[in-house]
Amino acid sequence: MTSRDHISCADVVELVTEYAEGALDEMQLSLFEEHLNFCDGCVWYVDQMRRTIESTGRLREDTVPSEAKERLVAAFRDWRRP
Amino acid sequence: MTLVGDVQEVAPPVDELQLIQRLRAGDQQAFGDLIDAYYPLMLRVALGYVRSRAVAEEVVQDAWLGVLKGIERFEGRSSLKTWIVRIVLNRARTERDREARSIPFSSLGEDYEPAVEPDRFRPPGAPFPGHWLSYPQDWATLPEGALLSQETLDLVKAAIAELPEGQRNVITLRDIEGWSSEEVCNALDLSESNQRVLLHRARSRVRRVLERHFEWQ
Repeated sequence: MTSRDHISCADVVELVTEYAEGALDEMQLSLFEEHLNFCDGCVWYVDQMRRTIESTGRLREDTVPSEAKERLVAAFRDWRRP
Repeated sequence: MTLVGDVQEVAPPVDELQLIQRLRAGDQQAFGDLIDAYYPLMLRVALGYVRSRAVAEEVVQDAWLGVLKGIERFEGRSSLKTWIVRIVLNRARTERDREARSIPFSSLGEDYEPAVEPDRFRPPGAPFPGHWLSYPQDWATLPEGALLSQETLDLVKAAIAELPEGQRNVITLRDIEGWSSEEVCNALDLSESNQRVLLHRARSRVRRVLERHFEWQ
């Protein structure tokens, strides 16, 4: 997908996850970063991905419905009782 | 530059062997802690497979009974959380298949979809092929808090619910639960590169939904 001396914006949007995951090889990484140095559009795109990940992370909730927990703990108690 | 600066950390791994011993000894506190740690995650996974929250809760309940039964035999070859996620996935798939026999199930394939519509870029043969025709929006210019508003989070949640199964499970464990790629590969039996492809498609889709939303603002 990439030519040897540069990558395009269309390449950046497909490589962005590999970039974030540290999965680009040395050559791809340097082309990727070089591209970001001159392309505001791709800097904004990468930033959009970062913010998307951040928003997704906010979906985490840690509350357990108390009736469900009580039922499970009761099942556990019965299970352990011979 | 890192993409994943503010994602919540994975909770520090409890001393699993010790925890398992407490469970086997009938320690209710230990079991309660385990429920607190994994119930929300299990419910989220199950909700991706079945029609209603009530059914998802049944699936999770059932999975917990599977955990109880299995804990005696659990050998610690995988981590506890990987094992628990496999159990709930298993039950959820069974329930989905059961539902699918009674209602037609529309399934989105895992077909290739570009991260960005191809017509956003200069066509081949044009000057600077593959470069933006019009730049994406700079989200730093959005109103403060727009990306974390309830409205936005509801959109993200809905977008994830619509994803094909593999993408949905990967983004749920990676970006909502904050698991490492290694843990996700283990729990879902994926290669690193497959996991990355699914994560990429899932994140790209969610981004597109948000982009469309903010374009209208």
